[in-house]
Amino acid sequence: MCLAVPAKAISIDKEADTAKVSLGGILKDVSLSLVEDVCIGDYLLIHVGFALNKLDEKEALLTLKAFEELADFNRAEGSVNADE
Amino acid sequence: MKYISEFRDPSLAQALAKAIQRESDPSNHYRLMEFCGGHTHAIYRYGLKDLLPDNVEFIHGPGCPVCVLPASRIDQAIKIQSKSDAILCTYADLMRVPATKGHSLLKAKAHGADIRMVYSPVDALRISQQEPDREVIFFALGFETTTPPTAVIIKAAEALGLKHFSVFCNHVLTPAALEAILNPPDQQINVDGFIGPSHVSTIIGSDVYKPFARQYQKPIVIAGFEPLDILQSILMLIKQLNKGSYTVENQYKRAVSSSGNTKAQMLTAEVFDVVDQFTWRGLGELPDSALRINNRYKYLDAEEKFPVEMTVVSEHKHCLCPSVIRGRNKPLDCKLFAKACTPENPLGACMVSSEGACAAYWSYGRFKDEAAFQPAPQEVKIYK
Ligand code: SF4
Repeated sequence: MCLAVPAKAISIDKEADTAKVSLGGILKDVSLSLVEDVCIGDYLLIHVGFALNKLDEKEALLTLKAFEELADFNRAEGSVNADE
Repeated sequence: MKYISEFRDPSLAQALAKAIQRESDPSNHYRLMEFCGGHTHAIYRYGLKDLLPDNVEFIHGPGCPVCVLPASRIDQAIKIQSKSDAILCTYADLMRVPATKGHSLLKAKAHGADIRMVYSPVDALRISQQEPDREVIFFALGFETTTPPTAVIIKAAEALGLKHFSVFCNHVLTPAALEAILNPPDQQINVDGFIGPSHVSTIIGSDVYKPFARQYQKPIVIAGFEPLDILQSILMLIKQLNKGSYTVENQYKRAVSSSGNTKAQMLTAEVFDVVDQFTWRGLGELPDSALRINNRYKYLDAEEKFPVEMTVVSEHKHCLCPSVIRGRNKPLDCKLFAKACTPENPLGACMVSSEGACAAYWSYGRFKDEAAFQPAPQEVKIYK
């Protein structure tokens, strides 16, 4: 039950301090009381109707890059082994 | 970037698995504990165990807040509801959890108690606004992830001047559970490294774990819940263990910072105090391990408003949960597993919610394969 899911802020209601997000195709209003400076288009981690945090795209891309590098390394090693 | 599908790519999972195979030393045995039930669930759901060498063993930790909530607290909630004739609101996960004598919130509801499932604590507040003549109680539980939302609605209830709203608080603290696992009474620790909590850490940050890593000399890697996150964290742990290092690393940097969400931490501190003792199902009494509503907001505390007598509940004497959670036994070692104890009729913490270790063994059918290779549990005598 600690599971939170990523979702994109589609619109923001400043007065109510909420954002509309799409969760599996269903639009939901989530509270922004735990986060600061949310902009439309930001990805938020949603848990029990609250945004817990903003997701950091730069860090996400770095993680994905590390995966890709490993895959490249494996491929390179595979071809070296095949040559031997 | 959708933050989901990218982290489930099967070919990258293979690449990570290959790197783990390359890195792992066949003469070593790696016992890795995943603290969160969400990790346990993902490990089985995506079949990650099948991608890994045999010497990488998973130890399923305390799981989820539903698992560790003692049955006496559910008894207490049922009593409070009937004493106050309140509308009791809670998360769906809690409805089926057994209280004593086969009771549960679901059964109480079937007998006429006004118990409602909510998705968010905000829904409980809304019900309270819609029902000005009724007491509305929110049954709050969860680790640090779920606590700040409860703090927000307590403050909102005050701002709205709601007098007929209260909260039954069962929020627990992750570091206390980690301490209980790393510092058991008999000092026997069967864990080499930790796959650290994901979403709890978005709130409390990764620095909180540093003293544990240092003092108990165990590496901790904060890991996301997606399969590639878990595999990368395993790789990071194996590298640390091979080098003999024990630091805190953060694999889940896209969501977790070193200091966490300070706004959420401040809200939590404004509303709650740490209680001296709290009983955890499976881990027993732990000091400084739970929160209660502080004096400032005491008038919104359901326990203060409707005091009831606590029941003393003892666990089933053959349930191995305390040692399953500490990595000393597997669910299959328990003679009640899949016999007297099933998800329909859970007898211990680890079977209560789908994220518990025994429930994961049950629902993913792994026990069927492993049973063939397991020696009979020591306690069971086989007579021919
Ligand atoms: S199978 Fe049931 S009784 Fe046995 S350890 Fe697991 S939860 Fe406890």
